[in-house]
Amino acid sequence: MKNLIAVIVGALALVAVGGCGYNTIQQQDEQVTAMWSDVVNQYKRRADLIPNLVNVVKGYAAHEEQVLTKVTEARTKATALTADASLLTNEEAFKRFQEAQSSLSSSLGRLLAVAENYPQLKADANFRDLQAQIEGTENRITVARTRYIEAVRSYNTTVRSFPANLTAKLFGYSMKPNFTVENEKEIAEAPKVSFE
Amino acid sequence: MLCWLLLVWLAALEGQAQLRQVPVLHGPVTDEVGVLGGLKAELEGKLYKLKEEKGSEVAVLVVDTTAPETIEQYSIRVVEQWQLGRKGIDDGALLLVALRDRNVRIEVGRGLEGDIPDLIAFRIIQEQILPRFRQGDIPGGINAGVQSVIDRVHGLDLPPPAQDQGNQGIGWFFLVLFFFLLGSVLASLFGDGLGASTSALGGLAVALLISSLFGALAAALVIWLLVFFRDVVFEALASGSRGGPSRSGGSYGGTFGGGGFGSGGGFSGGGASGRW
Repeated sequence: MKNLIAVIVGALALVAVGGCGYNTIQQQDEQVTAMWSDVVNQYKRRADLIPNLVNVVKGYAAHEEQVLTKVTEARTKATALTADASLLTNEEAFKRFQEAQSSLSSSLGRLLAVAENYPQLKADANFRDLQAQIEGTENRITVARTRYIEAVRSYNTTVRSFPANLTAKLFGYSMKPNFTVENEKEIAEAPKVSFE
Repeated sequence: MLCWLLLVWLAALEGQAQLRQVPVLHGPVTDEVGVLGGLKAELEGKLYKLKEEKGSEVAVLVVDTTAPETIEQYSIRVVEQWQLGRKGIDDGALLLVALRDRNVRIEVGRGLEGDIPDLIAFRIIQEQILPRFRQGDIPGGINAGVQSVIDRVHGLDLPPPAQDQGNQGIGWFFLVLFFFLLGSVLASLFGDGLGASTSALGGLAVALLISSLFGALAAALVIWLLVFFRDVVFEALASGSRGGPSRSGGSYGGTFGGGGFGSGGGFSGGGASGRW
């Protein structure tokens, strides 16, 4: 009889925990982490392409030193930051990572815009290949970011709404940082070309 | 509260009105503009054959425009909905043409990214598709692009395609039939329980060779029940055959409706785009 009661209590506890959103939180938390690692991978992929691009551009437009240095610097800064899942619990570090990547985006955009002024560079097969790869990577970054944003949105909604918010508090699950709309705009905006 | 609901509803309506709908997937080639004509059937044949031989799902979509989205945004929505390629292998690809926008894109599934990297997709567009498009030969460009992707996939070392669903069904049918007949004989000799159990065990052993434990257990259970209640089964079969012409063979055809396309493949935005 005692065993039977124990089994019933256990089953009830399981149902209750499930009902409090514990499993949902686990799932969505895992999903956010997976989407985040996708984002990081794509950013890394882009960073890996940049040195080659800089070299090719140097061959045709060595005196665009300022633009070239800026890209290299921004890349160094962006790759120096840690990007593992610990960022997801650290709003400040997440923001720094985000800023470093978006500054790399804009300096890279400027470099590609400058390249438009060099017909020989544009005709270079190496450059065209790299450009295609960078374009592809930028698209992957956009896709990965969108998926991350969606995953965080549903996770945060779960963690905030009753009764999962109680469970979340109990087990120490807090809201996760998301990409902000401001950043989103900054990245989507076309780089400005200046003719100084 | 009511006003909030209204707001959500309006927002949802607006969202729907803004974005272009993703067409329903009926087969490998979806031509909303009607530019392909007779080539459509030929392409579908090629792409079904590819799926049969390699398991990969390559699809073509021709639309008028992707506005208000860019071709990349629309394209990723299409493949997220269509799920081209096998689940877990992610060996799907989409050739998307937006005629009025003069945009074309090859979207490559996650599993094919290693063998059709962005660069190769870019070259297929630049060298095979765009020159023909620029001369006004839209079907020719699409055909050449599809052929290049097919050639690429043919050279790949992919997991073999799963056995045809139909054949598997027939295999199960004969397995159950064989052990049902055997069990019926055994049961009339040694009694219901023993006969049913022996034949079910036999069925289980054989089924384990061709299927997972779960499937085999299910087959064994079916055999056991059939044998145990064989009087009812025979009675039903007899009355069925008395009732009129049998209806076997009617279940074909349905399987080709959706073409079995869209098997759960994942995409992460790989590929390339071009303009003409």
